[in-house]
Amino acid sequence: MASDAEPLVLKSPALRWIEYRLPLISFGYRHLVAYQTPRNLNYWWNFGSLAGICLMLQIVTGVVLAMHYTPHVAHAFDSVEHIMRDVNWGWLLRYAHANGASMFFIVVYIHIFRGLYYGSYKAPRELLWMLGVVILFLMMATAFMGYVLPWGQMSFWAATVITNLFSAVPLFGDAIVTWLWGGFSVDNPTLQRFFSLHYLLPFVIVGVVFLHLVALHTHGSNNPVGIDLTKKDKIPFHPYYTVKDLFGLAVFMIVFAALVFFAPNLLGHPDNYIPANPLVTPPHIVPEWYFLPFYAILRAITFDIFWIIPAKLGGVIAMFASIGVLFFLPWLDTSKVRSARYRPVYKIFFWLLVLDCFILGYVGANPPEGFLVTLGQIATLWYFVHFLVILPILGKLERPRPVPESLSTPVLGRGMAPAPAE
Amino acid sequence: MQPILRSLAAAALAGLLPSSAAEAAGEAEPLLRESWPHQGIFGTYDRRALQRGFQVYKEVCAACHGTKYLAFRNLAALGFSEEEVKAIAAEYTVIDGPNDQGEMFERPARPSDRKPSPYPNEQAARAANNGAYPPDLSLIVKARAGGENYLYSLLVGYEEPPAGVTVPDGMYYNKYFPGHFIAMPPILQPDGVTYADGTRATVGQQARDVTQFLAWLAEPKLEERKSTGIKVMLFLIVLTGLLYAYKRRIWADVH
Amino acid sequence: MADATSTVQHGEGGKRRDFLELVTWSTVAVGTAAMVWPLIHQMNPSADVLALASTEVDLSKIPEGSAIKVMWRGKPVFVRHRTAQEIAEAEAVPLAELRDPEPDSARVKKPEWLIMVGVCTHLGCIPLGTAPGEPKGEYGGWFCPCHGSHYDTSGRIRKGPAPTNLPIPPYTFLSDTLVRIG
Repeated sequence: MASDAEPLVLKSPALRWIEYRLPLISFGYRHLVAYQTPRNLNYWWNFGSLAGICLMLQIVTGVVLAMHYTPHVAHAFDSVEHIMRDVNWGWLLRYAHANGASMFFIVVYIHIFRGLYYGSYKAPRELLWMLGVVILFLMMATAFMGYVLPWGQMSFWAATVITNLFSAVPLFGDAIVTWLWGGFSVDNPTLQRFFSLHYLLPFVIVGVVFLHLVALHTHGSNNPVGIDLTKKDKIPFHPYYTVKDLFGLAVFMIVFAALVFFAPNLLGHPDNYIPANPLVTPPHIVPEWYFLPFYAILRAITFDIFWIIPAKLGGVIAMFASIGVLFFLPWLDTSKVRSARYRPVYKIFFWLLVLDCFILGYVGANPPEGFLVTLGQIATLWYFVHFLVILPILGKLERPRPVPESLSTPVLGRGMAPAPAE
Repeated sequence: MQPILRSLAAAALAGLLPSSAAEAAGEAEPLLRESWPHQGIFGTYDRRALQRGFQVYKEVCAACHGTKYLAFRNLAALGFSEEEVKAIAAEYTVIDGPNDQGEMFERPARPSDRKPSPYPNEQAARAANNGAYPPDLSLIVKARAGGENYLYSLLVGYEEPPAGVTVPDGMYYNKYFPGHFIAMPPILQPDGVTYADGTRATVGQQARDVTQFLAWLAEPKLEERKSTGIKVMLFLIVLTGLLYAYKRRIWADVH
Repeated sequence: MADATSTVQHGEGGKRRDFLELVTWSTVAVGTAAMVWPLIHQMNPSADVLALASTEVDLSKIPEGSAIKVMWRGKPVFVRHRTAQEIAEAEAVPLAELRDPEPDSARVKKPEWLIMVGVCTHLGCIPLGTAPGEPKGEYGGWFCPCHGSHYDTSGRIRKGPAPTNLPIPPYTFLSDTLVRIG
């Protein structure tokens, strides 16, 4: 059993002088070294810190790419090729940034599903969860605008299609879209504002991440058992989780490097190596893979809802609602038990939701034809039924398995040992 | 928790990867699948094929297709010496200026210049080609689903149209082109070029060579990328092993 | 690594653990440094910039006694067709009088052609004296208006804050009237 971290003693008078006026050292010590962390976190808990590192990697590679990129319709595509061909290590920086976005989404999606599985959104972590949803939303906006910057065919048509979503807004739709474009189509003003915002939003994300961490450190991490832990079941963050997170980072880097060095265009689209052409739409527009489930939800609404909401507006509402519903999750899930480990029925529905998201992704990747339209509609319906119907009812009906009092006391009568820390 | 990982990976592979535009393009013939020397983790470009491919491009394709990202200095990567690169560049004239009289003037190209395009702009290209636009070939291998295999298939895929199919005027029938009617004539001819190294210039050979040249042009840093990648991977595997051992040591007392 | 772990379990823990710790953290440090290098090196001149590093100048258009500026690597290069008198003045200066002693013969390949980078060695301004009518300074060469440095007809610093003579770029005469700088 590990003990507390040693108390912080500053030997150097210079450090003590600083600490007295600006207590940064003790702040860092409290939150990165001594911070009390559950001792039973499994590897799914690595993805939070990994997401933070992804954000940093994207900011660093993005800042240096911006030193060579030109946000102008006449030069954007050329400047990206200039980066790929002439800038020292430019190919590495660009491929790392493009694939880094994909890795960031993989990590964040796993992080989200981990929260769903272990009930990390439940009291007292509702705001922590909601801030996470805000981060996801900002990430999506940032990734979308970043994809426009190379000014290839997919960039241009993604920008056109996505900005056109706003034309579904009643009354003001067209005015909003014209305002977004700064003109009457996606053109140079659009590209320049997207560049500006693509540079800005990551720093907004950093700010929200900071709030996310403040909320996290207020009540501490949830854990696989989902109970509130006492001090004896906690260990200091350093060295235990610093080392474990570093190990996880190294494994992550292997996957990342494999993608960057050996298959850098695997997740991209060939059409984006064709310069943007406002006169020719590619035969099949698909968003980046991380937007596919949302794209499927957007396209699922092919009918007018209640005769008042036209299909186009309905699709846009459904797409935004699919993220928006996550805000209300802490209150939609009525079960008092956090971890799915003790919720046998919820566990089944959790995996059905995972499957549902993959089905949505598959539908989003393929042309909306025949059976896939119906499949997309069923999967969309299921997505909302899961959150709006099943979770509220399940909490009332489900009989959870006995939850242990603490990590060291076995559950009465079952003799079940708590999960080991690894 | 292992099943989570496995199902995630499986679903990712099944759901996302094959759904690229290759399938979306529809009813097209399955492409010929050639093996390319630059494929795979250790693949590198075949310099002699690249030089032959450059010759095919220069003598056959370049009349209509530009390669605007090709600077003559880049040809050193094909194995040409500095003098050879200068000589190749000097075969072309580029527009420079304005001079002291305020006029643009022509001068022989230097290695730092990019290869001039055959047409000043897209409209001129269309006007000269019956309305069709011969695309710039700098990125063509990366800009087409199927990459090298697509390009090679296209170049050797001309044939007589099936019975009952009428090819529109000025178009040609190509098995692998989406829609099958292509404005580009079957330009590669047996012995259409004479290779300096004595290789027989069959249509297939020329197609293979020019495809490899264009693959290099689309991804000139491929060799640097892969060799860096191998070093990085080896390093990361060692680092991961070390961190795993170290992590186990640190955690040994938490049980 | 497996080996290190098992030895630790056999008792002589401390030392091996320190070794593992040292190797692990060193490897992390090496990896981090390797990741930083591309971020730094990307700011160095790119391949296309390096390739543009030479410029050709046609000398036949420069009459005796006048000078032109040409761009080379984003900086002005002064090409001056010196008169016999200017050459004589430049050659006559005793080296002892110079802050940065250098004979005129070391600064030219052909005495009538003075070719040098036109950037003041003080803080990077462009000295006057190339175009007709510009002040040539007290020594008949160039005068930097920013902080008052005076250069002579060989481009050597004679007065003012600049520490060294105007630098000479690498150049070769391709013919009597054509010179390549760089």
